[in-house]
Amino acid sequence: MALTLTEHEQAMLAGEHGPAVALSMRIVTELGRIRGAERLVDVESVHIDGCIFYGQAGLDFARKLVDLGGKVIVPTTVNVGSVDLIHPSLILTNTEHEKWVAQGGRDLMQAYVDLGCRQTWTCAPYQMDSRPGVGEHIAWAESNAIVFANSVLGARTDRYGDFIDIAAAITGKAPCGGLHRDEERHGDLILDCTSLSEATLAQDVTYPVLGYLAGEIAGTQNPVFVGLPADTSEDRLKAIGAAAASSGGVALFHVVGRTPEAPTLEAALGGRSEVPVHHITAARLNSARQELSTARLDQLDAVSLGTPHASVDEIQEAYDAVIGGPPLADGVAFYISTGRSVFAEAERRGLVAPMEEWGVTFVLDTCTYVTSILRPGTRTVMTNSGKWAHYAPGNMGVDVVLATLSECVESATTGRVTWNRELFA
Amino acid sequence: MSETPSAIPGWRVTSGTAAAPILKLDEPVSFWGGIGAKGDIIDVHHPQHGAIVTGRILVMRTGKGSSSGAYVLAELLREGLAPAGLILTEPDGIVATGALVAAELYDARMPIVVVSPADYDRIEDGIDASITMDGDDVTLHLG
Repeated sequence: MALTLTEHEQAMLAGEHGPAVALSMRIVTELGRIRGAERLVDVESVHIDGCIFYGQAGLDFARKLVDLGGKVIVPTTVNVGSVDLIHPSLILTNTEHEKWVAQGGRDLMQAYVDLGCRQTWTCAPYQMDSRPGVGEHIAWAESNAIVFANSVLGARTDRYGDFIDIAAAITGKAPCGGLHRDEERHGDLILDCTSLSEATLAQDVTYPVLGYLAGEIAGTQNPVFVGLPADTSEDRLKAIGAAAASSGGVALFHVVGRTPEAPTLEAALGGRSEVPVHHITAARLNSARQELSTARLDQLDAVSLGTPHASVDEIQEAYDAVIGGPPLADGVAFYISTGRSVFAEAERRGLVAPMEEWGVTFVLDTCTYVTSILRPGTRTVMTNSGKWAHYAPGNMGVDVVLATLSECVESATTGRVTWNRELFA
Repeated sequence: MSETPSAIPGWRVTSGTAAAPILKLDEPVSFWGGIGAKGDIIDVHHPQHGAIVTGRILVMRTGKGSSSGAYVLAELLREGLAPAGLILTEPDGIVATGALVAAELYDARMPIVVVSPADYDRIEDGIDASITMDGDDVTLHLG
């Protein structure tokens, strides 16, 4: 089973389309050989994750492609970078390391712009105007974008990451392996949620917790949810996917009666009958949420919403929760991370100015858990994101509580961490 | 320690050669978030937290974790702080991409080799080993 290239692909590899295409093609074809792919597939769009700065190597690679004349040949969006280009002063530059990341991060973002990427700087490219359709092959990186594209949009991407993403954008090609193929997209196990009460299913925080459990149970397999509402919102599906891709390596899940490849359980399982069934109970949700919530102190230092980047609906919900209520407590920071296009829409709707006046700090182009934004001395943060709760303690050295939006807002106005540990019943 | 040198056949993920002591991990580690800029295991939940991977033939059952691991591995290779080689039981695209890019940029080659699970179990932590390649034929020499 060897990788077979078309004549055109062989010419790309041989350098007939320039050195940047040849370099990118070497990486794409080597990955294809390693993954056991028999051919390459044309991709319709690419989402880049390699634009977050972790050192000189990423910058050297992007600049080499620029120097070799590289340009993306399919529509290419970029994930968050390490800098808020709109509000650069939000990024702390107190230490030498912070200065190095701020400068390197800026240079890396510029290199990807030079390669022809759209300046989207968002981890939620699926919240933008054009998005891929069912069955469309794409090469997306960033785990939450991958799982959303596969699960909610029904588009097809394998788990791509740094470097292979830009190589796919410059060649328009990816190895035809993994989740590009029908047989890899069927459900592997069932998460039975039919015992959950209507009250539990109505809570926003139920969905990141469900995702967290799904990742722990499924690992890199494809879980199938049974018993979730047929009108489960995209924001809630987004929260499931982001958490499941953090606690585990989930890149595709199905929700029977809701997601495009799961009109029925049989369809989701692709004809398999003997798959494991895991029963999700309120008690299990409560203990998973307690496990994710590491905070031991009463004093709240910050709230962070918008991981993945907030949608306009989520900004509207936050607006409704803070405007007209008590003021933000002294000493508490309140962050909402979002993308430029969503932020512009929120501004058009008149949501931004009143929220900023109340005390919300909007973070664009980046996210509060990938770069230095939280004030020094921040110890305890509340978030409504399972992904943020999973990564921030390790990345930023803070303690977290995974909470409902209303718990986050109430705690932000009192300055005291308040949450119902036994919320799910 | 093995009494006599033994040779294990492998499958080439990325090209290169190595001669170094084995560091065999009890659990896989993610390069992103799991290995620090000094080549040490920084994942506090990892049983070998604090161990140095630099210059060792790193042995772990599978790859793990974030796709940004490719970037972190390429940076370790640039700094000369990467493992000398990597032994897995199944191919992993993320670490492979990091090694491919470092080879392109810096001519820094880290061999990644897949061995069978049975052979994997024969590899002991701490022993000297080497990786040789002849085309796609790869051999891991122990002892």
